Amino acid sequence: MAAKTKEILLDPLFTNNPIALQVLGICSALAVTTKMETSMVMALAVIAVTALSNLSVSAIRNYIPSSIRIIVQLTIIASLVIVTDQVLKAFMFDVSKQLSVFVGLIITNCIVMGRAEAFAMQNPPGASLIDGIGNGMGYGLVLLVVGFFRELFGSGRLFGAQVFSLATEGGWYTPNGLMVLAPSAFFLIGVFIWVLRIYKPDQVEEN
Amino acid sequence: MHSNAYTFGFAAIVCAICGIIVAGSAVSLKDRQDANVRLDKQKKVLSVAGLLKADEDITPEEVQKRFADNIEVKVVDLKSGAYAKDVDSATFDQQKAAKDPATSAVAPKNDAKVLRLPTMATVYHVKKAGKVALHVLPVEGKGLWSTLYGFLALEQDGNTIAGLTFYQHGETPGLGGEVDNAKWKALWKGRKAFKDGKPFIKVIKVHTGSVTEAPYEIDGLSGATLTARGVTNLIQFWLGENGFGPYLTKVKG
Repeated sequence: MAAKTKEILLDPLFTNNPIALQVLGICSALAVTTKMETSMVMALAVIAVTALSNLSVSAIRNYIPSSIRIIVQLTIIASLVIVTDQVLKAFMFDVSKQLSVFVGLIITNCIVMGRAEAFAMQNPPGASLIDGIGNGMGYGLVLLVVGFFRELFGSGRLFGAQVFSLATEGGWYTPNGLMVLAPSAFFLIGVFIWVLRIYKPDQVEEN
Repeated sequence: MHSNAYTFGFAAIVCAICGIIVAGSAVSLKDRQDANVRLDKQKKVLSVAGLLKADEDITPEEVQKRFADNIEVKVVDLKSGAYAKDVDSATFDQQKAAKDPATSAVAPKNDAKVLRLPTMATVYHVKKAGKVALHVLPVEGKGLWSTLYGFLALEQDGNTIAGLTFYQHGETPGLGGEVDNAKWKALWKGRKAFKDGKPFIKVIKVHTGSVTEAPYEIDGLSGATLTARGVTNLIQFWLGENGFGPYLTKVKG
């Protein structure tokens, strides 16, 4: 059982990463990864939402009428997202200002509903909670990797602290403007998937 | 299969529970959130007035104390430029007033794309030795993607700019978002807002040089032409006759 729990938790990081393999949740991965700090908070918010939505959906899975199961899942997810947004506004005001609408858009993040429908509806609450945390972490991992490169090469900083001295301030580094724009996240996610599939050739899709 | 009654009942219970959770969190956290918004504004007013440095990390209590010690909040009637008498400046909320038909009107067509104009607006007086040293005016207007909200600080002559800062916007980080760049904001200091009684300050595309060489021009931001145009428009609108123009005329005497 312990081995299985570990598998549920860690599988989504590399073996079955929601972004890299399932290619879910790309939209917000483009939008909030210009900085490490926002990537980090977004990752935590998604982990919280996937974990709690999996837990609550799983807890009532045997009672949900199948004809309205999607809308019930969506109601639960939407409520959790609003609560998360409210908590961020109350306790991490500056970060929530930067994340703006993207916290609200966790509702539309396919990972959350995908896991509720694919995993939580068939499994007990404990395992579902772990699965939610695992998938949230898989998403968060990609966000942090993308955020790392975008912030470092886009503005020469990490977590807001200057790492490269900028040319505009008498240093040597000219920031790469592409990195601060959304398309760069596409390239970075592409590279991430490429590197991952070199190490895990079984993820390569057959034509 | 479940009966229809069960399905409806189940849906109703889920909605009720979720509703209670959402409403509960919104209500219980509201005070904290409002306090955050107020504090953020006070911080921005302090920073545009040069009373708070960008990298200074101070507690909320210190912010409030510094604000109370140095700044006086006034409410101004925009049309006449006189101070409004029967309004409590501590509770006056300009953004709320701009939405209420009783305290606002449809704004005349303008480049800043301000839709509604409140009849009264907040002005912050920064005091030095008992005298008004700076007038901090709230400004807002469309950039490229979003409405920018900020503060413009003018010296007591009502013409020399002491600073500009935005506290809320949704421009592209790294491009239009660079309106938050401290170096760019520093360019505004010392430039003149009016020429021959008209708002004349603007953001242009070429390097502008020092304050004495180009008193009315600000060097633009690379890759942010439209945001910069928006900034020009919103500053000119709020300094103009529909904005704080009448008030500033009174200030100049």
